[in-house]
Amino acid sequence: MREAILRLDDVHTDIAQYHVLHGVSLDVPEGGVHVLLGRNGAGKTTSLRTIMGLWRARKGAIVLRHRDITALPTPDIARLGVAFVPENMGIFGGLTVEENMRLAAEGGRFDDERLQRIFALFPAMEKFWQSQAHALSGGQKQMLAISRAIVEKRDLILIDEPTKGLAPAIIRAMIDAFREIAKETTILLVEQNFHFARALGETVAVIDDGRIVHRGTMAALAADEALQNQFLSLSMEAH
Amino acid sequence: MMKTLSATFERFGGVMLLPVALALIAFLLIGRPSTWVTLTVAGLAMGMMIFLMASGLSLIFGLMDVLNFGHSAFVSFGAFIAASVLAFLGAWVSGGSAVLNIAALMAAIAAATAFGALAGWAFERVIVKPVYKDHLRQILITMGALIVADEIILTLWGGAPIPVPRPAVLTGSIVVGDVSIEIYRIFAFLLGLCVYVAMHFALNRTRIGLLVRAGVENREMVEALGFRIDRLFIAVFMAGSALAAMGGAMWAGYQSLITTAIGAEMMILVFIVVIIGGLGSIEGSLLGAILVGLMANYVAFLFPKMSLASNMILMMAILLWRPFGLKPAVKG
Repeated sequence: MREAILRLDDVHTDIAQYHVLHGVSLDVPEGGVHVLLGRNGAGKTTSLRTIMGLWRARKGAIVLRHRDITALPTPDIARLGVAFVPENMGIFGGLTVEENMRLAAEGGRFDDERLQRIFALFPAMEKFWQSQAHALSGGQKQMLAISRAIVEKRDLILIDEPTKGLAPAIIRAMIDAFREIAKETTILLVEQNFHFARALGETVAVIDDGRIVHRGTMAALAADEALQNQFLSLSMEAH
Repeated sequence: MMKTLSATFERFGGVMLLPVALALIAFLLIGRPSTWVTLTVAGLAMGMMIFLMASGLSLIFGLMDVLNFGHSAFVSFGAFIAASVLAFLGAWVSGGSAVLNIAALMAAIAAATAFGALAGWAFERVIVKPVYKDHLRQILITMGALIVADEIILTLWGGAPIPVPRPAVLTGSIVVGDVSIEIYRIFAFLLGLCVYVAMHFALNRTRIGLLVRAGVENREMVEALGFRIDRLFIAVFMAGSALAAMGGAMWAGYQSLITTAIGAEMMILVFIVVIIGGLGSIEGSLLGAILVGLMANYVAFLFPKMSLASNMILMMAILLWRPFGLKPAVKG
């Protein structure tokens, strides 16, 4: 097993008066795609937002490459090489595609070679480079959100339900893109779509009611129908 | 049918046509071209001064989600500081040298603007920062701060109206045929236009501007991209307060006689501009300010008793048509 780039140790998070994460412990190995599966309200998004510092862990530790980031402000976590693609994509609709990307580029300057690779992954980004982002389709907005996350080399990318509401053809394109992106970085993917997750994930953790209830390889989960029945029926609708 | 009409409307300039439409209707009602020109220039000048006061408040609303009811304190302080500087430089103001006249005015505007920026910094750190994300406490504490600021002005400058000397070079009017246009109004319009162009450039051509525009839409995502939004908040609050003070300084020169009520009187119009323009939008603030300026002047001439109500009616009509204002910042 490779060394963990990210480690969550007994993380508890409250949102207002609700105790949402009840001691999440999780190791994310360096490189590849790692999936956090769970039904709606299980704590997937809360886990990602807690890692990113957008919601604070009340108890426990979050460690990125041996550095405790539990109490770090969100901008500092981002500057350590962590990118976040939220469920709502978080694109700036009033800005052009170029401006959205430029915000994430170091010093506002693009690495041309990297940009060409992004255009190869998502040709729509080049086509709509000067278009306002609010005019893009849902799939194109998701592509923009992911392009923005990889405009610089990141150590870890947190992606929250990227397939939500997307057409099957777009999802297939996303699978290819994620495989390419995972060659140079680590992706922690939150998903409900088991087919999408199975196509990409190396490891999987299943979260339910704010606790990790299963962890292992994706291959083992995909091959074991009993495990799937136990966890998928518990925690998600398998598409 | 409605879609075609809407597309045609947008193709010919959309909501930016509203001031033109208002001016045309006023032309038909007023009848006399010379009066119409005088009122239109007065409306544009007034609009530009209101724009100075409103644009900062709109950005503060849009970016920081802060309801700053104390914004008018910066308008008042700007007006009184400018009046004091102009009084202190009395010899320059009334002298025959146009250069000294302008230098005195620039010193007054610069002093007001600098005070606005510094006071804005202190206001944000001490009063606003503790109440982020709590609108009720924002309203209470900023209104409290406004009352304290008004009392400070009353203590420093007294309750009697204060005359504001106008630089000699900006007094009088330009007369073309039977049209008479006050020079100060032309100056106010041009200064407001320069500030708008500078703001437009800063917001659309600089990295800080890009961050402000992004922050107006989604503060959390700006932080997730690695930027300290709190530093941006301070900068925007300082800029907004400085612009309000600059607007106050210009308005003081326009009025020639100011009282401690100057800020409160203007705030009604400033809030109307911010609401009808759309929160967080500089273009919206400019459009709203010009509409309000024109409407105030046309109605004051045509139906004097409707003067105050006219802008309220304008706001209600626009909100019924476009609930988020004429040109709100795009979200998502």
